[in-house]
Amino acid sequence: MACLAIFCLIAVLCLLAPAYVSFANTDPFRASLDATVEINGVEVPVMEESTEGLALGYTPIGPTWQLGNYFLGADNQGRDVMARLLYGGLNSLLISGAATIITMVLATAIGLTAGFFGGMTDTILSRILDVLWAFPVYLLAISLSIVLIAQGIDLGIIVVEAGSLWLPIFIIAIVYIPYIARPIRGQVLALRRSEFVLAAIGLGVPEHRILLRDILPNVSTTLIVFTPLMLAINMLTESALSFLSIGVQPPDASWGTIIQDGQGLLYTRPMVALAPGLAIALTVLVLNILGDGVRDALDPRSKIKLGGD
Amino acid sequence: MLLALIRRFGQMIFVMFGISILVFLIFFATPGADPASRIAGRNASPETIEAVRKSFGFDQPIWVQYYIMMKKLFITQDLTSFVNRGWKVIPAVIDTIPVTLSLVIGAAVLWVIFGMLFGILAAATRGSIIDKLLIAFGLVGCAMPVYWLGEVMNLFSQSRYHDTWLFSWVPPLGYKPLSEDPEGWFLTLIIPWITLAILYIGLYGRVLRANLIEAMQEDYIRTARAKGLSETRVLLRHALRTSLISFVTLFGLDFGALVGGAALLTEVVFGLQGVGKLTYDALQNLDLPVIMTTVIYASFFVVLANALVDVVYILLDPRVRSA
Repeated sequence: MACLAIFCLIAVLCLLAPAYVSFANTDPFRASLDATVEINGVEVPVMEESTEGLALGYTPIGPTWQLGNYFLGADNQGRDVMARLLYGGLNSLLISGAATIITMVLATAIGLTAGFFGGMTDTILSRILDVLWAFPVYLLAISLSIVLIAQGIDLGIIVVEAGSLWLPIFIIAIVYIPYIARPIRGQVLALRRSEFVLAAIGLGVPEHRILLRDILPNVSTTLIVFTPLMLAINMLTESALSFLSIGVQPPDASWGTIIQDGQGLLYTRPMVALAPGLAIALTVLVLNILGDGVRDALDPRSKIKLGGD
Repeated sequence: MLLALIRRFGQMIFVMFGISILVFLIFFATPGADPASRIAGRNASPETIEAVRKSFGFDQPIWVQYYIMMKKLFITQDLTSFVNRGWKVIPAVIDTIPVTLSLVIGAAVLWVIFGMLFGILAAATRGSIIDKLLIAFGLVGCAMPVYWLGEVMNLFSQSRYHDTWLFSWVPPLGYKPLSEDPEGWFLTLIIPWITLAILYIGLYGRVLRANLIEAMQEDYIRTARAKGLSETRVLLRHALRTSLISFVTLFGLDFGALVGGAALLTEVVFGLQGVGKLTYDALQNLDLPVIMTTVIYASFFVVLANALVDVVYILLDPRVRSA
């Protein structure tokens, strides 16, 4: 329960991003190279002239630890890292959440269809899942991203513009479908032969009704158990894609893009890269613990506990 | 037995064929993805794009393009890059394999040894403070993004504490071939190995612990105890063996995926020119032949690793052997 509370806290903090921005009076999406900031009564430029190394160029201001006043310092474009961190968290949560929902819906549809109707339908769907399964997740996600991010999708009816948040959402959702669809299919196969389903078929209940009323409720436990784990995995995938600059596109932020921004400043202003990484690790950690807890609570077969909750 | 092997082999070929088509379709037939305009550049005129399309053969039917690419990849093996024309792709991929193998094998040794130690120790001391600490470590290890952990490692070993006794031995980032400089090879790879392994130690340790605890409730463990065997022997000889099954399954999948390019993030962060980095560089300028080659190479490893896992199953679990 503590984990659920922490997760909600992270989500609420990220939702408060616009409030923080107006409080701090800064624009997290626009470079401000010549801005100044007042620290303890002294006016300091956000981009200081570099004194370290070759003393070339500018070093952004470090963490001031004053809320609303470059709390975590500035990035290489003079933008407030704290504001970007909150906005980035919003995007990261949004993408992993939406991708999780899409994966669950599509995977359930595929798993139910393949498992219930069997025969040719099952063979074709299962083979497609086999191919997707054997494809390393990151390579597939990267391949799709490279093609789609710059150009967007134009299917006539569905038009998604390049740089839209929907692109990483779709890509991540597609990549993980086999991971959910395969276990669902296996469960449906077993349910298909169970007595209550055979009885329903014998009674002449229409197929869609059997699927929705008898089979779906029985696989819903699996779906609930997978949800927090899926959220965690999606969050890591999203951040990795954004880190490779093929996820969320600038000037938009996500935790992955901020880590990438911080890479060049790693040795001078490590906080730019450290803070979003810690945010990802904490979120994924609580989601994983939550997932273990949900599984122990819902799955009567697993009597043992995996995680310390 | 032979029939099963042939079926498994057929399945393997089918999956690889499917993957090659999938990759080809992603890059050549995705709506909106036009490789010719990609190669011609951002502000190319329609005539230039048309000329590029003709010279690279994109004006031919899609199955002809697929056939030509597969023929060059497998039969004549003279596939050349679209970006640096004349640059042969297959030798380039072969050159990067030792780097990726060095990285992944070293990390795998670490994560198998420590993952097993972790799992056994946690299961043996179940409920104690040691168990709780190990689980906490495992959960944190799984939660950190690997490229970020790599950056933190770099921050400490290359910058902040580089001049102290702790990290003064760490050489600059990069890869040194094993055959030329064994010591340099080892030293440059230690930190990447640890970084990559931490994620998997946590994961494998937790899985093994859960399986061990589950196995300890089986009937054959009661039998072993009834025979008067010591608790250590029961744990290590009887429970561990069947518990290793999911460990091995995971290992096969992860090892295959990592060798096949999933170690990309680690390679990018540590500047190791491996298969993943090669794929990544090729993706940046949409060098399709390189991508096709590395992805097919990757799927080959994943599929092969899966097949090997099936064989190891039979060796580990007597119940599967008789079936």
